[in-house]
Amino acid sequence: MKKAIVSVFAKDARGITAYVTALLAERDINILDISQTLMQEYFAMIMLVDLEACPLPFHELAEWLKEKGALRALDIHIQREEIFEAMHRI
Amino acid sequence: MSYLMNSSEILQTIQMIDQQHLDVRTVTMGISLLDCAASSAASCAEKVYEKICRKAENLVSESRSIEQEYGIPIVNKRVSVTPISLVAASCDDKDYAPIAKAMDRAAKTVGIDFIGGFSALAQKGFTESDLCLVRSIPGSLAETHLVCSSVNVGSTRAGINMDAVALMGKVIRETAELDPMGCAKLVVFCNAVEDNPFMAGAFHGVGEPECVINVGVSGPGVVAHALKSCKGEKIDVVAETIKRTAFKITRMGQLVAQEASRRLHVPFGVVDLSLAPTPAIGDSVAEILELIGLERCGTHGTTAALALLNDAVKKGGVMASSHVGGLSGAFIPVSEDAGMIRAAEEGALSIDKLEAMTCVCSVGLDMIAVPGDTSAETLSAIIADEAAIGMINNKTTAVRLIPAIGKTVGERIDFGGLLGSAPVMPLHSGSASAFIERGGRIPAPLHSLKN
Repeated sequence: MKKAIVSVFAKDARGITAYVTALLAERDINILDISQTLMQEYFAMIMLVDLEACPLPFHELAEWLKEKGALRALDIHIQREEIFEAMHRI
Repeated sequence: MSYLMNSSEILQTIQMIDQQHLDVRTVTMGISLLDCAASSAASCAEKVYEKICRKAENLVSESRSIEQEYGIPIVNKRVSVTPISLVAASCDDKDYAPIAKAMDRAAKTVGIDFIGGFSALAQKGFTESDLCLVRSIPGSLAETHLVCSSVNVGSTRAGINMDAVALMGKVIRETAELDPMGCAKLVVFCNAVEDNPFMAGAFHGVGEPECVINVGVSGPGVVAHALKSCKGEKIDVVAETIKRTAFKITRMGQLVAQEASRRLHVPFGVVDLSLAPTPAIGDSVAEILELIGLERCGTHGTTAALALLNDAVKKGGVMASSHVGGLSGAFIPVSEDAGMIRAAEEGALSIDKLEAMTCVCSVGLDMIAVPGDTSAETLSAIIADEAAIGMINNKTTAVRLIPAIGKTVGERIDFGGLLGSAPVMPLHSGSASAFIERGGRIPAPLHSLKN
């Protein structure tokens, strides 16, 4: 498994989850865990995903998600999960 | 073990990067050039160029892919090399500028931001090659863009080479007259370290391996943000909060260092746990000191607050990394720190207070603009004071002064980018010429009877 964390930030609106999960499905990315919250008016969604079947190299995928996110005023990041583990786990 | 997703931790990391300026300040590759010795500067330069290009070929591309995959900015990619006074010692030529130019060309070819190591270690005395190098500094810095230079003039073991101190005052003046920007790339050290990844003082020491990766972290903004939740708490809570934050910052540096080392097939050296500010608002060491409870950085209490900060950063960082080294601590470069600039402009921060602060911070008098008519002897006397602090206290101290040619107190000098801008600070008017003109060596200090 090649795990990564996808995070989505935006002003809350209808259909954000549907839009982002459809993007991930289009690139054969499997969602392992998902959580979303509203902080004041802001929508924050975090997903743990598996990139094993994704054909794109990491940096192209990151660019693609960023561009697709920008079309709907969404801030989409994808990062390898190790950075979070390194920072928060001993 | 896989990471169990915890949204608040993930959000915290993302906010640190997006809003609190968390970044890896530099991935620095140290390269030994000891095998580049030659009988002429031209052929030495050729070997230097070839070796740097060969070793650092993938440094920038691999650092970029780490940046993209982990989503953590790596602001600078740099190279440090063996002090050129050692590499060029067998050259017949007296001018080492061709070697500096080769370093500059190599840095541009591989796409890095800075290259350090146009350096000499002269704490006990000059070799002929050290003298050739030091005399080549002004011309070399004026004719190159990315080359950084450093000279070590003292150490706790050797004392202070006052001939070198006197000469460096002249070299700084000469460099400034050619281009004040050159002085931003020139550091005078006492107790220089061999594995420092930060510029302008990075060089690859002779005790280092053939090639090594050192990483310098940053993160004043993250510490400042964490301290905002400690209002009114006891100072113990402040120290604990800084430690915890430094731990997180350093863990990220350690991860980047290990990844860079693995991908480049180069051994990992050290993580340098420095809080390195930038001119960006919210990325300031002065702001941290003010959050600890000072109305302005530079007022009474600043030295104590900085001592606490410097120590807590090390304590937090040490456990987060397998190898810690470099300069590790808090940097206080005036021009690179918005809070320091403000304090200096308001007159709250003087050069005397900065000197006191260097007794407890990780380096020294850094990026300070002084009046354009400051004499070489006065520059030397400032270097001597700072070297004495380092020598007696067993720590690294450094001086990076910029004589602002044609400018005087109250005016401002701009460097651009990470180097920022600095107000010209007033100095004392009494002359130290007779002291500096004596030359010789200050004997190494006693290691007992410490009071």
